[in-house]
Amino acid sequence: MKQAPDSVAQKNLKESDSTLDRASVDAVLNDLDEYAIEAALQFSEAQTSEIPNRITLLSMGPERATEAIRKGFSMGADDAIHVVDSALAGSDALATSLVLATVIADREVDFVLCGTESTDARMAVIPAMLAERLGWPQLTFAGEIEVDATARIVRIKRMTDDGVESMESPMPCVISVVEQINEPRYPSFKNIMAAKKKPVETLSLTDLGIASDQVGSAGSRTTVVDFAVLPPRAAGVKVTDDGTGGDQLVAFLAAKKLV
Amino acid sequence: MNQVLVLVEQLSGQITRASTELLTMARRFGTPIAFIVGDDVSAQVSQYGAAKVFRGVAPEYDLHPVAPWVDALAALVTQLSPEAVLIASSAKGKEIAGRLAIRVGSGVITDAVDISEGFVATQSIFGGSTVVHSKVTEGIPIITLAPNALEPTASPVEPSVEDLVVSFGEITTAARVTGREQATKGGRPDLGEASIVVSGGRGTNGDFAAVEGLADALGAAVGASRAAVDAGWYPYTHQVGQTGKSVSPQLYIACGISGAIQHRAGMQTSKTIVAVNKDPDAPIFEIADFGVVGDLFAVLPQATTAINARKA
Repeated sequence: MKQAPDSVAQKNLKESDSTLDRASVDAVLNDLDEYAIEAALQFSEAQTSEIPNRITLLSMGPERATEAIRKGFSMGADDAIHVVDSALAGSDALATSLVLATVIADREVDFVLCGTESTDARMAVIPAMLAERLGWPQLTFAGEIEVDATARIVRIKRMTDDGVESMESPMPCVISVVEQINEPRYPSFKNIMAAKKKPVETLSLTDLGIASDQVGSAGSRTTVVDFAVLPPRAAGVKVTDDGTGGDQLVAFLAAKKLV
Repeated sequence: MNQVLVLVEQLSGQITRASTELLTMARRFGTPIAFIVGDDVSAQVSQYGAAKVFRGVAPEYDLHPVAPWVDALAALVTQLSPEAVLIASSAKGKEIAGRLAIRVGSGVITDAVDISEGFVATQSIFGGSTVVHSKVTEGIPIITLAPNALEPTASPVEPSVEDLVVSFGEITTAARVTGREQATKGGRPDLGEASIVVSGGRGTNGDFAAVEGLADALGAAVGASRAAVDAGWYPYTHQVGQTGKSVSPQLYIACGISGAIQHRAGMQTSKTIVAVNKDPDAPIFEIADFGVVGDLFAVLPQATTAINARKA
């Protein structure tokens, strides 16, 4: 999961290092990650096994990402791992996936659930990159998930532009979920209170054995050359339909040679 | 000879428009070398200047999305040492690009709307409010190109095709497809690639007939706001916005869509924007080149009739 700027906020890059100006916007739990947390909760609640499931949140980000972790706790997640290190600033997707995969590879995990993308960077590559780094199968863009915990098989409906693919994979695997999969719950009062006491394990790059030049701006394999903020789009002509609105619309399109 | 490796996609024997854009873009930097899977479409590919076409024919491509393509492209990168790899910015294309970048130790840039000398990619971010130029600093640049980034032009060469044999690993084949349901497209163009998009929102009240009618008169794709998709009125694959698809067509017509920032983030880089909405204060009018304050159930059919009359 990731803390991302509130998706209704105006986002800007900083002049100094061409990274997202996080200080100027309200940050929240990335909208799309809520669906992944909800999917994990629904899976966990449906299990009848004696051994309880544990839902661990994993986030890489600055100190204030703990706010997003609290949101995940208040939905019902059990514990969290937060990778914080000043050297991580400016990490691209390759560096980010390296850090996340290093944490995951070190633990006993049945499957990793992700949102498909963050609402700020919107690359939608991290789940596939995690699968690549971990050497695990990927089940991405899931609109439905079915877990057979006994057989250790996960089945999903993969939502593509061409339709729906039914897929299955052994565990462990990396799953990403699309927003139509569920309706994320609102935190209950009980969970909001409990969220304050849930454990967050904080890890640094040293803890993970990752050299600081492998991540951050230094370890990223892409760089921003320059950027420019465009002037906002101006409003054009607005007419009120007097019975000829449709004809006026077509006249506008014709003048623009669009019909 | 500078070679640029291009992943060409096809849909039932026809190479996609996005692929012709990639091939046209590749010619700016050298000779396109194409990788295709499935039917032999090398004759079409060579129309756009691909001197060499490698073709994957193994059943694995059909059964396992993404991973076999990564294996094949990684093999070609090793064999050819191309200047760059260009892939379409589809959901699958971006996944392939991301994994390939790790596999071959390269940087990756997604959703480029242009690529200039030195493989400097232009990206339009934050819903089109900011333009960024960036480049890959390590390895062979892997860049995914957004649809409608440029107008494809033909440049025919003699076709040359060779089957590419790749040995796929256990991990590549671990996740497999067990069934497929094709989406019914009703003969309309693909939303991501269409040059005209007509979208409906809350104002349709679930009745998309007027939106579809106008779309068909214009040869357009149909989009939907998140509100319309959440209400179950239109499939998720048609959702335009912050979540869902980002589109950048020549013409975008928003019908009964208020234009919340999340929707605008997915469409405000469209060249021309037209809005039809009952509410004169709807934020969509702030970015519309032409707006009609009115009932879409009156305005749209009238526009449809007028367009059809022009064609007659």
